[in-house]
Amino acid sequence: MQAFAELLERLLHCPQRTGKLTLLRDYLYRTPDPDRGWALAALVGTLDFPHAKPGLVRALLAERTDPVLFAWSYDYVGDLAETAALLWPEPAARRPPPRLSEVVDRLASTPKTKLPAFLADLLDRLDATGRWALLKLVTGGLRVGVSAGLVREALAGLGGVDPARVEELWHAQAPPYDALFAWLEGRGPEPAGGAELAFRPFMLAHPLEELDLAAIAAAPEDWAVEWKWDGIRVQLAAVPAGVRLYSRGGEEIGASFPELVETARMHGLHAVLDGELVVLREAAIGSFNDLQQRLNRKEPSARMLATYPVGLLVYDLLAEGSEDLRPLPFTARRARLEALVTSLSCSRLRLSPLLTPAPPDALDRLRREPPHPAVEGLVLKRRSSPYLAGRVKGHWWKWKRDPFTADLVLLYAQRGHGKRSSFYSDYTFGAWREGSEGTELVPVAKAYSGYTDEELTRLDRWIREHTIERYGPVRAVEPALVFEIGFEGIQRSSRHKSGIALRFPRVLEVRWDKPAIEADRLETLEALLAPSDAARSPGSGGIGRPLAQPA
Amino acid sequence: MSRFAWLERRAEGLLVRPGGVFLDPVRPVPLAVVSHGHADHARPGHREVIATPETCAILEARYGADAFGRLRPLPTGETIELGEVRLRLEPAGHVLGSAQIVIEHEGTRVVWSGDYKRRPDPTCAPFTPVPCDLFVTEATFGLPVFRHPPVEQELEKLLRARAANPDRAIVVGAYGLGKTQRLIALLRAAGYDRPLYLHGALLPLCALYEEHGVRLGPLLPATAGERGRVRRELAGEIVLAPPSALADRWIRRLPDPLPALASGWMRVKQRAKQRGVELPLVISDHADWDELLLSCGEVGAEEVWITHGREEALVHALGLRGIRARPLALAGYEEETG
Repeated sequence: MQAFAELLERLLHCPQRTGKLTLLRDYLYRTPDPDRGWALAALVGTLDFPHAKPGLVRALLAERTDPVLFAWSYDYVGDLAETAALLWPEPAARRPPPRLSEVVDRLASTPKTKLPAFLADLLDRLDATGRWALLKLVTGGLRVGVSAGLVREALAGLGGVDPARVEELWHAQAPPYDALFAWLEGRGPEPAGGAELAFRPFMLAHPLEELDLAAIAAAPEDWAVEWKWDGIRVQLAAVPAGVRLYSRGGEEIGASFPELVETARMHGLHAVLDGELVVLREAAIGSFNDLQQRLNRKEPSARMLATYPVGLLVYDLLAEGSEDLRPLPFTARRARLEALVTSLSCSRLRLSPLLTPAPPDALDRLRREPPHPAVEGLVLKRRSSPYLAGRVKGHWWKWKRDPFTADLVLLYAQRGHGKRSSFYSDYTFGAWREGSEGTELVPVAKAYSGYTDEELTRLDRWIREHTIERYGPVRAVEPALVFEIGFEGIQRSSRHKSGIALRFPRVLEVRWDKPAIEADRLETLEALLAPSDAARSPGSGGIGRPLAQPA
Repeated sequence: MSRFAWLERRAEGLLVRPGGVFLDPVRPVPLAVVSHGHADHARPGHREVIATPETCAILEARYGADAFGRLRPLPTGETIELGEVRLRLEPAGHVLGSAQIVIEHEGTRVVWSGDYKRRPDPTCAPFTPVPCDLFVTEATFGLPVFRHPPVEQELEKLLRARAANPDRAIVVGAYGLGKTQRLIALLRAAGYDRPLYLHGALLPLCALYEEHGVRLGPLLPATAGERGRVRRELAGEIVLAPPSALADRWIRRLPDPLPALASGWMRVKQRAKQRGVELPLVISDHADWDELLLSCGEVGAEEVWITHGREEALVHALGLRGIRARPLALAGYEEETG
């Protein structure tokens, strides 16, 4: 437990991905089974102790400490687990700390009534960092900046294998992952993949550049063209016994989209589909703003399900029955997919249409002027390519519509993290509007990427020289520097003073030359807001009827 | 009428009326007693200052000889009379020269503790508990979440981080008066004899400590030499700097700096995280919660006044122990830097 606690603490304070990876690898290397397996389960959030909850921790604290001192402390620290860990009275002599596996076993198996005494006993055996780690486990959510992907990458590093292999096997394994470790360390056979329900690493598209276009122009018939949908990429794996829905990162997200899981079950689907999850009402495809209502909700309410129903725009078939189709060329997979989706005849599972092959200039027009808010460009797929894990160049290209742009004025700057902690690298930008006291700048976007290291150095200097006020780590600067900001979309937001929020804003160019007064106005941005009905009315954007005829 | 009505709270600070003297005043006054050399307790501009000889030397080094009308050194343990009060200084264990101010008037003894700690510190004399009727304390770490771990444990963390990161400069943010020298002395005591690299702002006070017999070993300027060039040769070395320098342009001259901060605040992980510290070191020159309670009890005072910090919790905890406590709410005293 002590080693696990130390790992968590160091992960928390380590800003770099590579640093975190090294910490994880070292820990996996040094820690015996089954402790390290439980540690991984805790990090990826698959541990749940139904009876060990924050209320239990509060009750214990109330017993052992003064309530007034607890209240002042909690108020200051702001985090229950950390407050409790620091407040817990140190025993006169500490008994040896428990192993992580002992903690996990007994948190799971101890009956509810005996849990307080057990937890108190554990807390007496740990130092402040150990107690913090234990209470983080109990109160849920470690929040040390480690993704499931990073954990799998560390595992792959341990065994010197391809992370994609670990990803495939991972979902069929249960903590503490004995078989997986045995295989990675050459002590055992490769564990069964959990086969049909396992997550398959996605095939990803490269951004298309000028040069690549020439190759496509030379043989347009070699390329299949599809819309690039502005939803979320998912993988639907279904067998008669069960259904799983995976996100791009390989997380299981079926619980958030029960209608999709239910559809697969009802139709007795036995296949693995790759597609885009979007809001789907009868014939109409919702915009990303619609979809956002459904994201990050673990258990959507009935009202949510009715107002923002989701469906899948399917574009690939990775397996049918128990047959792995990934080695087949795209054309063959596509034919099988079309046959399958047609036979299902289900409104929630729709084919993403193939567009007519066209010369590059025609394609360019299509991707520049997408016919519907839910389309953000084109995807070009080589007809002969198998389905490959990851972003392998030369097979799939994405050709996105140009980002929206706006010229905005720098208002505030804040220091970054890690390597950037001495640089003012995080920016807030404003647009002009008529306020009650005349023309004013209102904040509309934050961005912290898109500039080069050289530009950052120059910006940092400019900000230091043009600071007009400081609020803690934030500097307000003279409203004099204009940035061209690119963004993917815009939506109404009651949380922002300006009433709007931009999607994925980033710096395209620092306009050292442009006077601030020529920057954009809030009304110009508001004009980009899709009229909420237009995005929803069936067929108005023509997506039900693609502009280019299906091939 | 309170027994202590001869102590008066003024905008300048606490006035000992029968002695005509202010304790650690925050604005210029005719006569001040200064407990130690930190800037929030020792402001320039007083006509006359009474302080330990070490503190006098620190004041002169920091502010120059002209900042005060007259510096009057008073060694610890020696009593002087000022008007109707008797006054002496006793060690506070905070930094070199730090002292508690002991004042007696009409059979009542008051101790103004300034800032203090109870942990061993090789760079200054240890805190001496002085029995008194009124104890005036600070409460920077006046919450039970603040318990400083053994300093050896924190030092071990620092040395391990250095060993594990041979390609990075370990940059420890440490307050320039006291923390820096204590950290250096502790490293030396732990057998670390490599040169330590210092931000230029830290060098003069280190020299002053050396003059007062505190051995600090080899110290070199961290960023001497060609401007704008990264000093690759400092990879794997320990560098000390004022906390503010961790996020300053200065740090760019060090190779892949690993920011550490030596401060009592580092006890709270989220606080360390917010400051972008990769290696928090819980090392403080202030009393932690247990030391505050210990000291307030040990001196046997019937009443405790709290100058600044998190007073509410300490007032409450002392109340539970039968000690009457009240916040003085004196403006102008800062909390530990970092």
